Amino acid sequence: MPLIRLSDPSAPLPSEITPQAVYLDRRRFLATGAAGVAGLLLPEAHAAPLKAAPGPYSLKEKPNSLDEITHYNNFYEFGSSKTDPAKYAGQLVVDPWTLKIGGHVARPLTLDYDQLFRIAPLEERIYRLRCVEGWSMVIPWIGVPLASLLKQVQPTSKGRFVQFVTLERPSQMPGQRTDLLPWPYREGLRIDEAMNPLTLLAVGLYGETLPKQNGAPIRLVAPWKYGFKSIKSIVAINLVEQQPTTTWQQLAPNEYGFFANVNPEVDHPRWSQANERRVGEFSRRKTLMFNGYGEQVAGMYSKLDLRRWF
Amino acid sequence: MAARPLPLWAKPLLFALCTVPLLHAAWRVYQGEAADPADYLTRESGWWALALLLATLTITPLVKLGHWPQLMRLRRMLGLYAFAYASVHLAIYLLLSGGDPAIIGDDIMKSPYIVVGFSAWLLLLPLAITSTDGWMRRLKRRWSQLHRLIYPASMLAVIHFWWLTKSDMRQPLLFALLLGVLLAWRVWRHRTQRTRGA
Repeated sequence: MPLIRLSDPSAPLPSEITPQAVYLDRRRFLATGAAGVAGLLLPEAHAAPLKAAPGPYSLKEKPNSLDEITHYNNFYEFGSSKTDPAKYAGQLVVDPWTLKIGGHVARPLTLDYDQLFRIAPLEERIYRLRCVEGWSMVIPWIGVPLASLLKQVQPTSKGRFVQFVTLERPSQMPGQRTDLLPWPYREGLRIDEAMNPLTLLAVGLYGETLPKQNGAPIRLVAPWKYGFKSIKSIVAINLVEQQPTTTWQQLAPNEYGFFANVNPEVDHPRWSQANERRVGEFSRRKTLMFNGYGEQVAGMYSKLDLRRWF
Repeated sequence: MAARPLPLWAKPLLFALCTVPLLHAAWRVYQGEAADPADYLTRESGWWALALLLATLTITPLVKLGHWPQLMRLRRMLGLYAFAYASVHLAIYLLLSGGDPAIIGDDIMKSPYIVVGFSAWLLLLPLAITSTDGWMRRLKRRWSQLHRLIYPASMLAVIHFWWLTKSDMRQPLLFALLLGVLLAWRVWRHRTQRTRGA
């Protein structure tokens, strides 16, 4: 068994912070809001507690604080500054939600909000996250292996790649009212990358449902790739035959590749990728090949020239 | 045209105003409002260094277009503050996000935008040193020639901001346009004056 983060016994349980009654009342709260308030600027009910068993591959490194994880974000749907998501994501309505899984699959599937949390038994996985900009965090995600969902929809032989699409809802996502990026945000993985046991569909972190600025209600986590691959607030997962277009590659193909594997030896054209700074720390550290997950993923790229396919 | 005097309080007020961004940033960090203090302080100090550099370059056009020679007395302070913010910016990068010298060295050599930004600071250094009345007297005509280094320094600073920005180019573009106008005005003025003189 991998090492597991032991929780501080004196720390309050998430359920002690949000009373179950308040959590269960969120639908009535929402209904009232939808009926009366046009602006929908009222926050939805607070993040709800999530129970998860410790999963494999967790780090024993100390995770970043919840404050750091929720106040230093890249989520251009809410603006390009690191502080924009915390400021503006509150207005996003995530329940109800619809996630459609289709394309080259035997059994297409549509999941509603509650079903997102029942794809498979929830696991806690403490992973590194390395941003292409040169900073990193350690985050205690809660989620399920993407493979557990893909097995349910049964990809056909034509399903060689997996495409992911973020919600497009400019009324609640102010960044989408600008042309910062071509909307909606799209990402993709090769099928073997998607089926890799490290690849997670996260629905929570730090014992609760995902904060909206972190990609509620469901997001991808591919910890050996630069953070922009880990697409947030997903509404569609399509199995496709050809390598799908991805947002950052479309925007600057010389700077951001489809694979985007963390690689200290292949620099970004404008900055070094050999090192990184952990958010909240005051000195840089060396970046690890595949963000330290080489044992789990290096085999998938043994035939790939990583300098060319960055 | 009668020369308007500069109010007595203008210099002390400007002096105090220029400290506000630094104090504000320090206060926010102290209050725990910056999730990543090293990044926040680096960005704030860099932004203000560039803004003050452009403000310094705005003084001469204001003096000429506004026929207000007394305004020139504020230029040195703005320039020195621009250098001070640039130095804080550099120091924060080296001390708060640097660490191991080998790692910093690698970071600088492989990141063109850092090389460009550091060059801008190096160009400003002699200008800050020779900003005193004594140096002005000693260097005579050479002084104004030397201080034209602010033009390449500003261009490098804008390129630095441009290159480090991942995708939202609105702010670097705004700074580039402002600098473009300020430099174009100087070129235009230089040309028209020469024709008049001939």
